[in-house]
Amino acid sequence: MTSESQTADYQNRRWQHIRKLLERSGPFCHPDFEASAEILNFIMNCCKVLIVGAGGLGCELLKDLALMGFKKLHIVDMDTIELSNLNRQFLFRRNDIGLPKAKCAVEFVNKRVPGCEAVAHHCAIQDLDEDFYRQFHIVVCGLDSIIARRWLNGMLVSLLQYNDDRSLDQSSVIPMVDGGTEGFKGNARVILPGMSACIECTLDLYPPQKTFPLCTIANTPRLPEHCIEYVKVIQWAKENPWGSSTTLDGDDPQHVVWVYEKAQERAMKHGIANVTYRLTQGVLKNIIPAVASTNAAIAAACATEVFKLASSCCVNMNNYMVLNMADGVYTYTFSAEKRPDCVACCNSTRVMKIDPDATLQYIYTKLCEDQAYLMKSPGITTVINGCNKTLYMSSIKSIEERTKDNLKKKLTDLGLFNGADILVADVTTPNTITIKLKFETLDVDMTK
Amino acid sequence: MASPSPKSPEQSEKNKQYDRQLRLWGDHGQSALESGHICLINATALGTEILKSIVLPGIGAITIVDDCTVSDEDIGSNFFLEMSSKGLNRGSEALRLVLELNPAVQGHAVQEPPDQILDENPDFFKSFSLVIATTISEKVTQSLSQHLWDINVPFILCQSVGFLGSLRIQIREHAVTETHPDNEQTDLRLDEPFMSLLEHLESIDIDALDLKDHGHIPWIIILYKAVQKWKINNNNKWPVTRNDKEDIKNIIRDFIRKDENGIPINEENFEEAIRAVNTALMPTFLPKNISKLMYNSAATNLTKDSSSFWIMCSALRAFVEAEGKGKLPVKGILPDMTASTEHYVKLQNIYKMQAANDAEIVYRKVRQIVTQLHCDSISEADVKLFCRHAHDLYLVKGSCVATELQLGNSVASYIATYLEEPDVMMVHYIMLRAAGMFRSEHCRAPGDWEPEGDIAKLKTCVNKLLGDISCSPFPKDDHIHEMCRYGGAEIHSVSAFLGGCVAHEAIKIITKQYKPVNNTFIYDGASTNTATFEF
Ligand SMILES: [Zn+2]
Repeated sequence: MTSESQTADYQNRRWQHIRKLLERSGPFCHPDFEASAEILNFIMNCCKVLIVGAGGLGCELLKDLALMGFKKLHIVDMDTIELSNLNRQFLFRRNDIGLPKAKCAVEFVNKRVPGCEAVAHHCAIQDLDEDFYRQFHIVVCGLDSIIARRWLNGMLVSLLQYNDDRSLDQSSVIPMVDGGTEGFKGNARVILPGMSACIECTLDLYPPQKTFPLCTIANTPRLPEHCIEYVKVIQWAKENPWGSSTTLDGDDPQHVVWVYEKAQERAMKHGIANVTYRLTQGVLKNIIPAVASTNAAIAAACATEVFKLASSCCVNMNNYMVLNMADGVYTYTFSAEKRPDCVACCNSTRVMKIDPDATLQYIYTKLCEDQAYLMKSPGITTVINGCNKTLYMSSIKSIEERTKDNLKKKLTDLGLFNGADILVADVTTPNTITIKLKFETLDVDMTK
Repeated sequence: MASPSPKSPEQSEKNKQYDRQLRLWGDHGQSALESGHICLINATALGTEILKSIVLPGIGAITIVDDCTVSDEDIGSNFFLEMSSKGLNRGSEALRLVLELNPAVQGHAVQEPPDQILDENPDFFKSFSLVIATTISEKVTQSLSQHLWDINVPFILCQSVGFLGSLRIQIREHAVTETHPDNEQTDLRLDEPFMSLLEHLESIDIDALDLKDHGHIPWIIILYKAVQKWKINNNNKWPVTRNDKEDIKNIIRDFIRKDENGIPINEENFEEAIRAVNTALMPTFLPKNISKLMYNSAATNLTKDSSSFWIMCSALRAFVEAEGKGKLPVKGILPDMTASTEHYVKLQNIYKMQAANDAEIVYRKVRQIVTQLHCDSISEADVKLFCRHAHDLYLVKGSCVATELQLGNSVASYIATYLEEPDVMMVHYIMLRAAGMFRSEHCRAPGDWEPEGDIAKLKTCVNKLLGDISCSPFPKDDHIHEMCRYGGAEIHSVSAFLGGCVAHEAIKIITKQYKPVNNTFIYDGASTNTATFEF
């Protein structure tokens, strides 16, 4: 780097655009905003931002933030680069296929934007601990997994500190800006954990995953998707084409071809048309269509919000924006509401009302299906006479075997009582959640 | 164990690379994109952000027109310039770095200002599928937009200033066959079943089915039978009112088989039939906007130069007036429903066959027209696609930017209506135009050096514009002040947002799929607000 690039004069010229916004006040600024050169200094030299995901949104976010003056950027992603990423993940080239996304993205941006000091973390978000997350001023996510989002949300909520009078210690709040896209649609939102609606407060905003009933797949296939699902769910396990130890891998082209051909056979037999390779792959990998333009727009909307948070130069969006680019370009911003009984962000005891005659299965089903929880495979424990007791856990096979009979038992037979606490662990949250049981005779069917 | 070797060929490299977008616009959309050639005027941050999202998905070629030299400021906000670009031609540098994104894309840089090209070589623009311009002066906008309008080349004008951004699409006429509507209407023809459907529906006797079959007949058949039964006692009319529909639901409930205790058994297909009553009984009709298209003078007075869209509209009209008996060709799409494979596939094939027959008739008419006019032939696949989507065809007739700039009567009153509301997004539109006017008069952006001193001058521009549309001046100077604060700054994330939108619209225009913005889009990043206006 030339010595000229270090000079203040050069820096002033280079960041001229952003300086106009930060060193001049305007009539629409945030009430707390005081224009000064210090703000750009803070953005460049102090403000630490974590970008979660180095995919379609992550690449854009890294570039956007680097060009908005942020230098202390960290990016975490566990994936490696694939050919199908290259239609939108613009920091990667053909030669990069197989390399870690986070590292590749960081190397590119640090080289292109001199002074940028982005740091890569090639690992899962779950591999990083509280101390890691606590160092950031702002977290911005571009993830395609809802579980990862929920986990991260749980992490940021768990970092909140409360004062003695139960009021929130504002300095412990790490804002989370979250973006997501699907085809020509997307959304961007700003979450102030503990203060505004969090991911868990608004689980109903995520559409339920499309599934096909097993009986349709097995007995009455009608769509090409049904035939593919049949091969995936039933025929693979029956025929074990690569031996019983090989599970179906949607990324293995040979596996995909096998499923494709078997699905075609099945479709032919039933007179069903249009089983294609592309569809087979789509169903097997649950592929979400993606295009560069939608990603660019959503990431940019998130970057603008990060910039507002870091500079206070204007008020943040309140707090959820939907973007639809399929019919013209349309946006709609609304204020998603905080759930007073949110399982993640409410700062009071979580209560589950339950019939004393209910079985453990009832609690398990509620944790999986109730809009307030929507957990994946909750492990339920309790403390009886000072001892931990596992009531049910499906994630570890031996424990599942040992505890599955408990599901049929009544709560009272398991030693649970009115006011007892159950501790629930799940992939959707980094921490165990304590729920207090409140016995109430409810007027609903308890048999399920 | 030997691994089973795949017999069918794997996907091509290109299919793999573009997989995620091919699911949105298909192989035919991709090949349209690959034959597109886009011209970008001025490789600003906004300009290169647009190119990025067009080059990545694989546009055929790009040409950058830019005579500027790269400055430090440019590098500060533009990702497709690097430190070593300083002092070099901006277009050539941007082109080099943008083309790295996709080796399949061709690129050219022209180091001349657009007004010079307009003067010396106006035919230059003829070969492009689309011209996109960022930060061009009012004067160039005026002459360029008029020229592109005259030679019928689509044009997108866009800018990014502070937190504000705008894009304006100028296109004489844009027809879309595949609009990809979110909730596509079904086309079941239960009120007027075509012959093969009628025969099939009549061939089934619900009461005679065994229990298993009874639970596996498609709801379409159930609903049809219920309506037939209802019609007997209702003068053979079609159920329309809420009460009629309640009657139908009750008839369906009666159809459900009972167990030995007289309790209705759970038959999902009958439940589906009840749920479908409210939507599926809507009588088949010819949508008004489609009828308008068919009787548009462009479809009734074909010439040798008529586009394939108008020729197909004309053939469609001939079909509707004759074989179609007032209706469009059958879509041939059956939604999924609880049914046995056999029942479902049979019904599906009946709809599919009819759709193929109808499309075949339309295709014959198209060929007749093509022969008569001696124009380019239209493929059978195109006609099929057209018929499949005949219910959702979309046509937009655009307007010329030059006309909008001149603020004629209709434009003026349109703007005035929004300003009276008052709609802050229209205020932003005025501010962007006033800033353009300021730029022409003072050769710099308002607030470029310092904000306060330019407020009065910018206000003069705003008031001139407001005067031209017979509106009173703004009660407050806050938006004028804000625009001076921006000082013409280009904020990267605002340009990136708008760049994504412009690229997206460009892809829609080139692939002729999905409805583009009609015709002006305004973005305010400060308030996270957007609006669409039609000038
Ligand atoms: Zn919450």
